[in-house]
Amino acid sequence: MSPELIDLFYLIAAVLFIFGLKGLSHPRTAVRGNLLGSAGMLLAIVVTLLDRRIVSFEVIVAGIVVGALVGVILAYKVSMTSMPQVVAVFNGFGGGASALAVGAALEEALRGGFVEEISVQFTVAAALSALIGGVSFTGSAVAFGKLQGLVNDKPILIAGRHVLNVALAMICLGLSVWLVLDGTSSLSFWILAGVASLLGIMLVIPIGGADMPVVIALLNSYSGVAAAGHGWVLNNTVLIIAGSLVGAAGFILTALMCRAMNRSLVNVMFAGVGANVATIEESEDIYAGRVKAASAEEVAMLLQDARRVIIVPGYGMAVAQAQFVVQDLAELLESKGVEVDFAIHPVAGRMPGHMNVLLAEANIPYQKLKDMDEINPAFRQTDVVLVIGANDVVNPLARESDPSIPIAGMPILDVDQARSVVIVKRSLSPGFSGIANPLFAADNALMLFGDAKQVAMDLMTAVKEVA
Amino acid sequence: MEVFVAALTIFVLALFVGFEVITKVPPLLHTPLMSGANAISGITLVGTLVTAGVQLTTFTTILGFLAVAMATANVVGGFLVTHRMLEMFRRKD
Repeated sequence: MSPELIDLFYLIAAVLFIFGLKGLSHPRTAVRGNLLGSAGMLLAIVVTLLDRRIVSFEVIVAGIVVGALVGVILAYKVSMTSMPQVVAVFNGFGGGASALAVGAALEEALRGGFVEEISVQFTVAAALSALIGGVSFTGSAVAFGKLQGLVNDKPILIAGRHVLNVALAMICLGLSVWLVLDGTSSLSFWILAGVASLLGIMLVIPIGGADMPVVIALLNSYSGVAAAGHGWVLNNTVLIIAGSLVGAAGFILTALMCRAMNRSLVNVMFAGVGANVATIEESEDIYAGRVKAASAEEVAMLLQDARRVIIVPGYGMAVAQAQFVVQDLAELLESKGVEVDFAIHPVAGRMPGHMNVLLAEANIPYQKLKDMDEINPAFRQTDVVLVIGANDVVNPLARESDPSIPIAGMPILDVDQARSVVIVKRSLSPGFSGIANPLFAADNALMLFGDAKQVAMDLMTAVKEVA
Repeated sequence: MEVFVAALTIFVLALFVGFEVITKVPPLLHTPLMSGANAISGITLVGTLVTAGVQLTTFTTILGFLAVAMATANVVGGFLVTHRMLEMFRRKD
């Protein structure tokens, strides 16, 4: 095949990627969009395989078979709750693959005696791949560990970590310069990959579980930028286009997540929010004698009389695997003529849009899943709000501008404007931000203590009995 | 230099297309967007195929094999898991 023909096929693949992402603008067209994207990928791979005079086909076939097997198993075995872990793993694979591939290319050129092939372009690409590949591989691994509960998901703050990180970054820079200036040894490449891997661990380990949506989005944009940089230096158009599309997606989502928490990226990455938990006396001050606990029967009465109910699900609901029972409860209420909607905060869950996936899995129609801007004006006309396993995203303290409040200025769901708010929660313990929630002590608020799943089942029984 | 500017042009224009297309994706589909985009970033597989083709030593063969396997897992798994999620949204339409 002539290089022009190959580039034309790459162009078709790039167009398919763009149509694929465009399809995601509506649930109806999304499945087709994803298929278009995968068709583009297949085309790019087949064309590449046909183009190069590939010497050892066996290794490639073996790699593809093993990789595909791992991919299929992961994709079908994973639960929707663990989706962020899976995206982290795939992301780590992508980063690791690009670093290893460039490492292999470098070794071949050195051992095969084609030192003249090692141009500045080549070494710049190699340095970039080692750096981003290393950081995203171990960063994703730590994110996976935290999400899976293998590593403590509270921020782990190592003394002097900022100094250490700056030092590691400087070492990476120095090694990159060495690699670019002297392409006759692969030693600098492998040390660079090693130090970058250490940096990846150091960057993610101080970040708490609830800030993971930002980390996952950011790591995703890294892998896009890495692919684009790779393509830039190899002068491969499909790599450049696909890489910048992914980079843009990751970047937009990172920015959206930061805005949804009213925090800068620097603050999310380096502040270690969630490490300190509020003192108990302070919470007792706020709650003292003003928290009203209700029984499932009382709440069932409220729900029975309501015309409009909004359910606010939080990650706690997903952890308790309560979404299926909550859907049954919503259906039961609707069969009694109650209007039920779900209010989704942008950072609900452990990755952008995670809560929507969890609820869709429980067969809740997507038309009922309302995002924050859409639902906030509706709380005023709502009879009962059911907050299940959410805390910080409904904390009215976020409206204060006092900088000592970690969530100050964060946009929240205005649940306190509803006629009554029922909070389903195991205890009065604070959320991720570590601060007390005055909503629990509000006049129109009722606490319904218990495990989300059990409470939802009790509510079902109680609503049926009331009828 | 000519090649460099041409590549830069493609990069910048693709960024604009990316921003235009992706800002239209509703928050409802942000998770599938992320896993789908992640699968697309597995395009580095194309780069790995080129390097895995020529094997001179056992060491580079192992590296090439690992790179191809990891990149394939990223692509195949990414598209499949996205498909699985999108099917859940579609069946209630």
